[in-house]
Amino acid sequence: MDRIANFFASPAMKVVLLAFALIFPLIAGSEYQIYVMALAFIWAIAVYGLNIITGFCGQLNLAHGGFFAIGAYVVAILTVDHGWAFWPAFVASGVFSAVFGFLVGIVSLRLKEHYFAIFTLCVGFIIYLLLDKWEALTHGSLGIINIAPPEGFGLIDFTRTIPFYYLVLFFLVLAIVLVSRISSSLVGRTFLAIRISDDLAQSLGINLMRNKVLAFVLSTVYAGLAGGLYAGVVRFIGPAEAEVVHTFDIITYLLVGGIGTLMGPLVGTMAITWLTQAVQSFEEYRMIVFGPLLVLLVIFMPKGVVGTFLTWRGRRLASKAPAKEGQTRVGDSATSSKEASDNA
Amino acid sequence: MLKINNLTKRFGGLAAVNDVSVEFAAGQINAIIGPNGAGKTTFFNLVAGAMPPTSGSIEFNGMDVTGMAPDRIARLGIARTFQTTKLFEQSTVLDNLIVGHRLRTQSRLWDVIINSKRLRDEEKKCRAKAAEVLDFVGLSHIGHRYIADTTQEERKRVAFALAMATDPELVLLDEPAGGINPEETENLAALIRKMVDHGITVCLIEHKMDMIMSLADKIMVLDHGEKIAEGTPEQIKTNPVVIEAYLGSEEDVEA
Amino acid sequence: MDAFLQQALNGLTLGSIYGLVALGLTLVYGILHVPNFAHGALYMVGAYISYYIMVDLGLNYWIAMLGAGLFVAVLSVLCERLVFHPLRHAPPIHDKIAAIGILLFLEAVVQMHWGSDFRRMPTPYTGILEFGGLVLPAQRLLIIVGAFSIMGALHLYLKKTMTGSTIIAMAQNREGAFLVGIDANRVAMMTFAIAGFLAAVGASLFAPINLVYPAMGHLVIMKAFVIIILGGMGSIPGAIVGGLIIGFAEALGGYYVSSTYKDLIAFVLLVVILSIKPTGLFTKGVR
Repeated sequence: MDRIANFFASPAMKVVLLAFALIFPLIAGSEYQIYVMALAFIWAIAVYGLNIITGFCGQLNLAHGGFFAIGAYVVAILTVDHGWAFWPAFVASGVFSAVFGFLVGIVSLRLKEHYFAIFTLCVGFIIYLLLDKWEALTHGSLGIINIAPPEGFGLIDFTRTIPFYYLVLFFLVLAIVLVSRISSSLVGRTFLAIRISDDLAQSLGINLMRNKVLAFVLSTVYAGLAGGLYAGVVRFIGPAEAEVVHTFDIITYLLVGGIGTLMGPLVGTMAITWLTQAVQSFEEYRMIVFGPLLVLLVIFMPKGVVGTFLTWRGRRLASKAPAKEGQTRVGDSATSSKEASDNA
Repeated sequence: MLKINNLTKRFGGLAAVNDVSVEFAAGQINAIIGPNGAGKTTFFNLVAGAMPPTSGSIEFNGMDVTGMAPDRIARLGIARTFQTTKLFEQSTVLDNLIVGHRLRTQSRLWDVIINSKRLRDEEKKCRAKAAEVLDFVGLSHIGHRYIADTTQEERKRVAFALAMATDPELVLLDEPAGGINPEETENLAALIRKMVDHGITVCLIEHKMDMIMSLADKIMVLDHGEKIAEGTPEQIKTNPVVIEAYLGSEEDVEA
Repeated sequence: MDAFLQQALNGLTLGSIYGLVALGLTLVYGILHVPNFAHGALYMVGAYISYYIMVDLGLNYWIAMLGAGLFVAVLSVLCERLVFHPLRHAPPIHDKIAAIGILLFLEAVVQMHWGSDFRRMPTPYTGILEFGGLVLPAQRLLIIVGAFSIMGALHLYLKKTMTGSTIIAMAQNREGAFLVGIDANRVAMMTFAIAGFLAAVGASLFAPINLVYPAMGHLVIMKAFVIIILGGMGSIPGAIVGGLIIGFAEALGGYYVSSTYKDLIAFVLLVVILSIKPTGLFTKGVR
């Protein structure tokens, strides 16, 4: 039992996951499944973004789907209406989400808890209304078609599913590596202190605004770049991308997987995506299950799959440790806690 | 070291702290007592910068810190604990302490992205600090334990350690002995003395009179936001104004 | 001038509906101390139940309104008992996510049962009244009179009964209520029932001049949030006054500025207000 648990929490598990992701196109039953997986990876990147501001920093951002849509629209508008190539437009989607995220952040993050949640809910809605009504810029409710796909410079054709799959996987791995570095670093610890309590963080000399804005901008860049990739693969977008229901989808993925954990966003996104796929007709009414699922999760399993597993394992390890208490020097516990946080 | 001049804080029309002037000397244990609602915690909040005063000024080591943001005040060397000890339940005691020394480090997001030497050095430094303060409060043996599995007294000690990790000169303790038994209170008092022996100035709010009287070098009594007395424990015990204030609200003395 | 008065009248209609919804939201805030994102879904369910009773069962408009009110009141109490009560010691972020879960569930159920088409609810009051150039459809008059009578009745209930005054106490300050020694569970259930009832009645009043569809609650609830931030969380007069302010702002702004972006007005107002004063407009100094 412990060996299995240890394996799941070990770095080897990550190698296995990566290996699986790499050979997935070879073992997948159909091209469609590869396509679904690629889309799930894109959403997972957005979920990682939400995890930074909501999971680590504790601020429930309900405009996250809106930032995803903004990233997608930046790529769409620049490539379709201004003739940009995909890659510069993709970079622009990240830059624009950062700038817009910064502006929203410096206003909204002065607000505490529910004021922040309400404010961002409204920001998300404003984004939706603008995308829907500002026809001169966004083509209104018609949406934008024929978005440029990522250029392969004659080497790779990213309009084909498998190359695109690997492209998305590359960005997902990059996203996870960065989050992993952040979460185990002093910067990540600073975010966590803010999540515990604003007052406590401030009493420890942490500049609340600077750190919250940093976490927020990071999260919007993740969302924006995920949206940019989405535009590049789907190549048709409309204002529906900004509907608040996408934000709720992202929250569900995060909560199922484990809010504030490193692997939670991936686990949650994969689990829900493939569960939804398993019942095809279910897609439209998924909220009949997702809704109660969210409620049950926060009541009975608020840490999600990964969080519950890590707590269970951590306590098991801790309860065994006192047996050799005599030898446990601070250095030992420092390394073991380092491991725990690396794997978290 | 800490000099308060005519400090006043009003909420609406109500003065929670009213025209309080007091001076706390370095290397001493200073206690603030008074009935519930006397404005003690508000006083702490003002000193720590959690809220700006309506009027008056606060000087720390000769520097005017009035209205300064709490994180800047913390960097200047004033640490605090809270009545309710909030910690990160899902991580270990040691992990909780590492962030305590963050304010003495410089690493930014860029350092994280490139995994710079500065970041690695500073993380080592924070870890060492966490281990040091953990040892200081006598909890080295439970460094790996999850916060959720610790006792009330241990949590209090972790909170002390967290405050100590900021390298403070002055520590504000808000009801450190709240919710723990008499024996644990004794141990905590010993820890507070140990802090002072290490050159830290302590300022605490407490309801447990036995502890205060044996521990404090100086006591300030607040009532309805006003300072009604200050002096040594002996002076306070016999001060008629203080006795009067406490007789007016007997239950608070016991609380 | 006539155009202005006409728009003011429209603003009054909108404002009274917003006020009803915001009232429920602000009362529930007093219990939960977190915003109940599911409130808009209760509003939407209210409209559908009304529609069902009137169109499918062919019953009278008033019976439909009462039926919807009672149904949603029960639904609201169920939410409190089954979801929010078990979460009362959880961090606030959990309540918010749970509320979102309820919202998603209710919308999906309605969509599955009724589809996502827009439906028009009939009203028996199709007459149009005219006062010297001002045109006022009877349904709008009904909305204004109806909404304000309910607010009046609620005011009496909150002022004259013990439970009522406890609800007010809780809306303003949680500890206060426990001092009175009243069963907090009963007060919580009563508050949710009232909030659900108000939302459903508001929806039933408004539906005939608007459309009925699964997402109809989104805009209303978000505006209700704007209103209670404007009026101060937990403040009952604040909810009514805030409702009227938003109602007028929308009607006049939609007419004089831009009708395409009229739904944006409330949010822009919120963004501006919170940018200037992060704690809301009418909040008193809290410790």
